[in-house]
Amino acid sequence: MGSNQLKTQLATMRDALFKQGYLDEQFIQLEELQDDANPNFVEEVVTLFFRDSVRLINSVEQALEKTPPEFDKLDKYMHQFKGSSSSIGAAKVKSETSLFREYCKQGNAEGCVRTFQQVKKEYTTLRKKLETYFQMARQAGPGESASRPKLRFQVYPVVGVLASVFLTSFKLYKSTLSEQNNASSYVLFLLMSVSIMCEV
Amino acid sequence: MESNISSRNNGFPAGLRVLVVDDDQVWLKVLERMLIKCSYEVTTCCLAREALEVLRKKKDGFDIVISDVNMPDMDGFKLLELVGLEMNLPVIMMSVDGETSRVMKGVQHGACDYLLKPVRMKELQNIWQHVFRKKINKPKNGDGHESNDDMEKARNGLDDLEDWYLINGGDLNPSKKRKDNENHEYDNQDNSDPSVAKKARVVWSVELHKKFLDALNQIGFDSKVGPKKILDLMNVPWLTRENVASHLQKYRLYLSRLQKQNEPKTSFCSTRQSEITSKDSPKSFDLHDSMMKQQNQTASCSFRYSSKEVLIQDMAPEILEDNSMFSFSPSTKCTKVLNSDISYPLKSTCGSRSGITNSFISPAIDGNFTPFQSQKQSRGEETSMLQFIRQPKEDQDMQRHGYLPLPSQQSHVQADSSLYASSDNHGIYIRESDKLHSSTIQSVCVEYKSSCVNNEHLTASHTDLFSIEASEDTSSPKDFVDQTTTNVSSNMEDFSLDEHLEVRQFHPIQDYTCTENFRLDDIEVFDFPGMDLVAELPSHSDYSYDLLDYPVKDQGLFIA
Repeated sequence: MGSNQLKTQLATMRDALFKQGYLDEQFIQLEELQDDANPNFVEEVVTLFFRDSVRLINSVEQALEKTPPEFDKLDKYMHQFKGSSSSIGAAKVKSETSLFREYCKQGNAEGCVRTFQQVKKEYTTLRKKLETYFQMARQAGPGESASRPKLRFQVYPVVGVLASVFLTSFKLYKSTLSEQNNASSYVLFLLMSVSIMCEV
Repeated sequence: MESNISSRNNGFPAGLRVLVVDDDQVWLKVLERMLIKCSYEVTTCCLAREALEVLRKKKDGFDIVISDVNMPDMDGFKLLELVGLEMNLPVIMMSVDGETSRVMKGVQHGACDYLLKPVRMKELQNIWQHVFRKKINKPKNGDGHESNDDMEKARNGLDDLEDWYLINGGDLNPSKKRKDNENHEYDNQDNSDPSVAKKARVVWSVELHKKFLDALNQIGFDSKVGPKKILDLMNVPWLTRENVASHLQKYRLYLSRLQKQNEPKTSFCSTRQSEITSKDSPKSFDLHDSMMKQQNQTASCSFRYSSKEVLIQDMAPEILEDNSMFSFSPSTKCTKVLNSDISYPLKSTCGSRSGITNSFISPAIDGNFTPFQSQKQSRGEETSMLQFIRQPKEDQDMQRHGYLPLPSQQSHVQADSSLYASSDNHGIYIRESDKLHSSTIQSVCVEYKSSCVNNEHLTASHTDLFSIEASEDTSSPKDFVDQTTTNVSSNMEDFSLDEHLEVRQFHPIQDYTCTENFRLDDIEVFDFPGMDLVAELPSHSDYSYDLLDYPVKDQGLFIA
């Protein structure tokens, strides 16, 4: 099934993000916070992060352009940025900001500039990846990545309904058999089975 | 969310009202979600000032505040302080920066906890413990006075306990010091934790205390003073009955302690107490006061030498009513006993400083202090007791003072004295005597509930008197004790109380409550309630030389 494929793809991508160190434990925490009432919580938070951090990045860039750079301000901005990135579990971005802060403390303007480029790079990479990820997730279906059990829950009642329909149809079939109404009952029966298969 | 609803119905943690303050919108969203999942009630603010407004608007609207350290408009630590002071809420700090110095700063400013970002939900699930802890530690957040009193009472109780059962003299000092410190102000000990919000505590300033004492004086020590009466007389609108009650208790304890301290002194310094003699019972207060003043007001020998017979009895109330800060509560009870024949044997030989031992003896004797009925005797006993107490010191001319073991208790006393005498060091004596004293006192008290106290007081006062006499040389200016002892000394003179009992070394006969007094610290101040007794003694010229009867025997024991 398409959705299945998508789901598998999604899972793979997610694993890759973790393995490659783009995301850390905090992301899982966010996923755990997601539920039926807040099905898109993670995406919302990530979107918010990327929106907010744009402002911060601009401020840092402006501060870096000044000569000599205002290290106190830079440190403050990066501290904020570090906190933000930790909120979604952006591991690589976070480590780069720490490095930046080190250079700030040393007063190393060049190091700051260099590191900031790295920060930006990691930031944009992560952004792209997550955007893709969430797109896929939306396509794959609601609550797929973190809530498989829920899917099953939903399925069970459907299956139950189908089963009951099937049984009634079978009974009808039986009755129709007696009435020589084979075709209709048979068709009914077929319909039931097909629907069941589709659901699954 | 079924889970949320069900957990809300559960118990305390659910429904906890949390205020989250963070300038980072992402974190606000995340924390809000997490806290909701913990089934708490969440309010978010991105500005510190906004948070303060919200808190102020809704007093008691929140149980706990979680705040970020770095915020643009206000420092997180400052917010933490303000919240703690104004609203007395537990505050949790958060930061992505987990440096030890920062964490320490947070704790110093009063943070209940310091979380590191990224914050896990598990950490948030436990924040209710801070709320609970605060609740149980400060039951009454709103009424500072009340809680103050509660704490004071607790402390008083603890002090009493220590006084009573403390056998190890070493432990006594700290409590004594603490008590002394607390005599003027209450909020010494409890506000050690800076993070705890400063609640409005009743600070017993000198003026307030003076009012208190005036009220006490007015009421008179005759009857048992009640805080309600005192409160009414003091006419301080914001003061509550509980404040007064706890202060009264402290006062009494202090007096008793002083009395014990001064007992040996008083006895010895009787010669110097000519002034005291002038003050007769009716002026016991004055005596006290003056003495008190002399002694830096430290001793609260508020023994009023009432003209009444019962010295001790009066003493007790006197003590209370005196301007001294300390109430000699035990003394109040034992007035009766003291009045009984105080056959304090005055032993000149027992000039040792261990007037304390004397004191001990006297307390010990207290049990058998039935003969203490006669004032005169009691007086004499007092002095003799004081002498007694002094005796332990080898050099003390305790002999003169004679120990004042009650006649009936002579043996008892002797036993005690021997104990005391065993150590040269006053301190040691004192301790031992303390032990005995306390034990005897306790036992005595069992027998004579009120009298026990009286005995103690009496002995204390006696010792004070004696000590005062003895310590003529020591001449502690503030020897209020001296004053009191002058009365005694006049009587004692017969006993040639010229020895220099190093008053200091006398540990006043402690009430059982002030075992610590027995330390061999420099007891310059023998603000013994007994002072009053001493003052009264002179009035009874018949100093019971009977007291001296005992001394002979006991002195030998006491003489180290």
